[in-house]
Amino acid sequence: MNNFFTDTPDFKFHLKDPIVQKIVKLKEDNFKQSEEFDFAPLNHDDAIDTYEKILEIVGDICANTIATNAESVDIEGPHIENNEVIYAKGTTEDYKALYDAGLIGMSLPRKYGGLNFPLLPYVMAAEMVARADAGFANIWGLQDCAETIYEFGSEEQKDKFLPRFNRDGATAAMVLTEPDAGSDLQAVKLKATYNEEKKIWILNGVKRFITNGDADISLVLARSEEGTSDARGLSMFIYDRNDHAVEVRHLEKKLGIKGSPTCELVFKDAPAELVGKERFGLIKYVMSLMNSARLGVGAQSVGLADAAYREALKYAEERAQFGKVIANFPAVYEMLTNMKVRIDALRSLLYETTRFVDILKAYEEVMKDRKLEKEERMEMKHYGKLSNVFTPLIKLTASEACNKIAYDSLQVHGGTGFMKDFPIERIYRDARITSIYEGTSQLQAVAAIKGVTTGVFLEQIKAYDTEVSDKNCEIRTKLHKMAEEYQTIAQRVIEQNSNELIDFHSTRLVEMAGNIIMGYLLVLNSQKDEKFVKTARLFVNLVRSENKERFDYMSGFSLENLEMYKDIDLEVLQH
Amino acid sequence: MRPLKIIVLAKQVPDTRHVGPDAMKPDGTVNRGKLSTVFNPDDLHALELALNIKDRIPGTQVTILTMGPQKAADIIREGYYRGVDDGIMISDRRFGGADTLATSYTIVQAIKKIADYDLIVGGRQAIDGDTAQVGPQCADKLNIPQVTYVEEILEIKEDEIIARRRLETGVETVSAPYPVLMTVHGSSPDCRSRKAKKVMKYKYARTKTEMRKGDPVLEALHLKRPHLVIPEWSVEDINADVTKIGLAGSPTKVKSVSSIVLTATESKVLTDSDSDIEGMIKELIKHHTIG
Repeated sequence: MNNFFTDTPDFKFHLKDPIVQKIVKLKEDNFKQSEEFDFAPLNHDDAIDTYEKILEIVGDICANTIATNAESVDIEGPHIENNEVIYAKGTTEDYKALYDAGLIGMSLPRKYGGLNFPLLPYVMAAEMVARADAGFANIWGLQDCAETIYEFGSEEQKDKFLPRFNRDGATAAMVLTEPDAGSDLQAVKLKATYNEEKKIWILNGVKRFITNGDADISLVLARSEEGTSDARGLSMFIYDRNDHAVEVRHLEKKLGIKGSPTCELVFKDAPAELVGKERFGLIKYVMSLMNSARLGVGAQSVGLADAAYREALKYAEERAQFGKVIANFPAVYEMLTNMKVRIDALRSLLYETTRFVDILKAYEEVMKDRKLEKEERMEMKHYGKLSNVFTPLIKLTASEACNKIAYDSLQVHGGTGFMKDFPIERIYRDARITSIYEGTSQLQAVAAIKGVTTGVFLEQIKAYDTEVSDKNCEIRTKLHKMAEEYQTIAQRVIEQNSNELIDFHSTRLVEMAGNIIMGYLLVLNSQKDEKFVKTARLFVNLVRSENKERFDYMSGFSLENLEMYKDIDLEVLQH
Repeated sequence: MRPLKIIVLAKQVPDTRHVGPDAMKPDGTVNRGKLSTVFNPDDLHALELALNIKDRIPGTQVTILTMGPQKAADIIREGYYRGVDDGIMISDRRFGGADTLATSYTIVQAIKKIADYDLIVGGRQAIDGDTAQVGPQCADKLNIPQVTYVEEILEIKEDEIIARRRLETGVETVSAPYPVLMTVHGSSPDCRSRKAKKVMKYKYARTKTEMRKGDPVLEALHLKRPHLVIPEWSVEDINADVTKIGLAGSPTKVKSVSSIVLTATESKVLTDSDSDIEGMIKELIKHHTIG
């Protein structure tokens, strides 16, 4: 039987990282939970064994149900029937398989029916689901909304909504975007008014581009403060589909991820519950929700990239031209190897980021019960800083790379890849959205640039450097040189005291840092597992020249150059 | 409808679908040490059929029963992971070397010990022996009706159960009174996957013999959580006659095993033209190969 977990040994490797000990211990309350729940782990090894066993179930369902349904789901897609979104038949089967196996609400605490998984194994599951069907991954991945209710909801709201995920297989949606509020969510207009008589909030207005908009439980961003027009007038609400007060007006026709319904919704006097405090909707709760979603897109991108790579490899090994299989031609084997090398690097960055977020979240959880020790507070702050810049970094790099890998994989397929005969045609289309939603790559760069300007990336690079062993001195010298270039050029850009210039170069600077970080991660991996030795070397060689190119471009760039870019020729629009 | 009591018969078999070069010994017998083991595929279908009835009639009790060496306790754990209520392991060195007759005798002794049941289900056949005899023999020895090649349970009534059988030439709908034994065909629905919480709950389920390895953590856990102890029945436990079990109770003697290579004596070459394909289809239908 095919299994997406067992065919990818990297998962087990990334679960072995020493820092996972700390995550599991914090998450399991030093294994005290096993007294109360007969399915809670007894110790660290037991927990890891459990994660592996559960991920094996996910891998089985991914390989044998979700992946096999992906093509028909892409063709059939969802539709509206009596104001209700009806999923494609395969989507329903996929969701049922995961629900039956108890895989909805994986990271929720046990008392709400969850498995109390840290993010690390949960994100691994998300990667596999995306490899099987990236569109479906959205529907399943929106269980992240439960996390937000758990973090910010009241006790009553948690008791009311959270058990529905694992018990009933409730689906969720994050209802943020509006026709005039896409990247700029401060412009959200959907109106929330408090009905003094009934003591409830009522929502009215239109939302657009809402993934899985007809979900059982929705988190809605709405304007609760009349007369405001910025972020401070926005609050977060829970809308329960059982109230039947939302019209699904339209389903978008899309380039990819066709199995996932993208809805236009009309809220008509829809009753809703306020989450947390008024006015904190965007500035606190959506930011948190968005961060999980970004990590989710990182996982989705890596899953898609892996799917694309495997399709290319399979095709290249079977397809013969000029008397030999095409995998034997330099142009093809270079593409294949580069894909693989990049996936190894991205996966390392993805799970490194996840571990940072995990520690942060685990401490936040501990804080609910007791005051943190000074040392713990420092550590939480440290991982918080890392999470803030690594999350947009992985979202940016993985989504851009998965598009490139899908592009190359289709290229390996030649003309056949352009037809609907092979899965790569779907994967290529599905990949395209990853660098757009949950914040475009350009916006990720704006968030991640803080890692450059505050020196967080450089500090982390230095921390990695101390772990490199002497046998890797050659590759380390290369990484030193890259770090030096990065530091020099970042300094030069920052010194010009222009936020506009920093914005202009942000993607370049962030990607340079990302390349160095991934290089280090692979070198450190290679010290634990031989199979990364070659990958580390190839990756560093590959990105060294990429960074050099960016360095050269920025070196010759002054503030005045910006002006030339602003002078856009509009004549072409006149006719 | 009242809840049913169901026994699932399941066997651990060598994974004959993934056979390596040294899977057979020079004498033609199976080199079991070289083959990994799996849950017999048809038995997984039987398990699904039982669990499906449990879904339909809440309160239904499903017990999984297996016979084999210690490693076969995997079958019981797998059953727990997928949703059975109880598991029983029949294991004793003296049961070894049994043919279908001795096997069915042993299983029947265990079923008699369980005593209270409405339905027994097992796979149509096991992929190691391919006999399809054990199920029917058990029904015969228990003197209860049997329905073989079951594909789906159509209706569960108070005093009868209606099933569809998948036969070579078509389907047949039959009803049978309780208690009844059914063997399940591979065309029935695939078994559901493992359930996350059940895997977490039962992964330390062990038989007493397995526990002999001496693991203090597990021993403490078993004391605290009795559901983790898999009952293990020996010759005495099921009150078996030693002359009817194992090698001694098996009249089947393997004289020799030879490897047969089938060769084509007649072949036809067809082009990919519509008329050739149509002709072939007609011929296949005429000879009842398809259709």
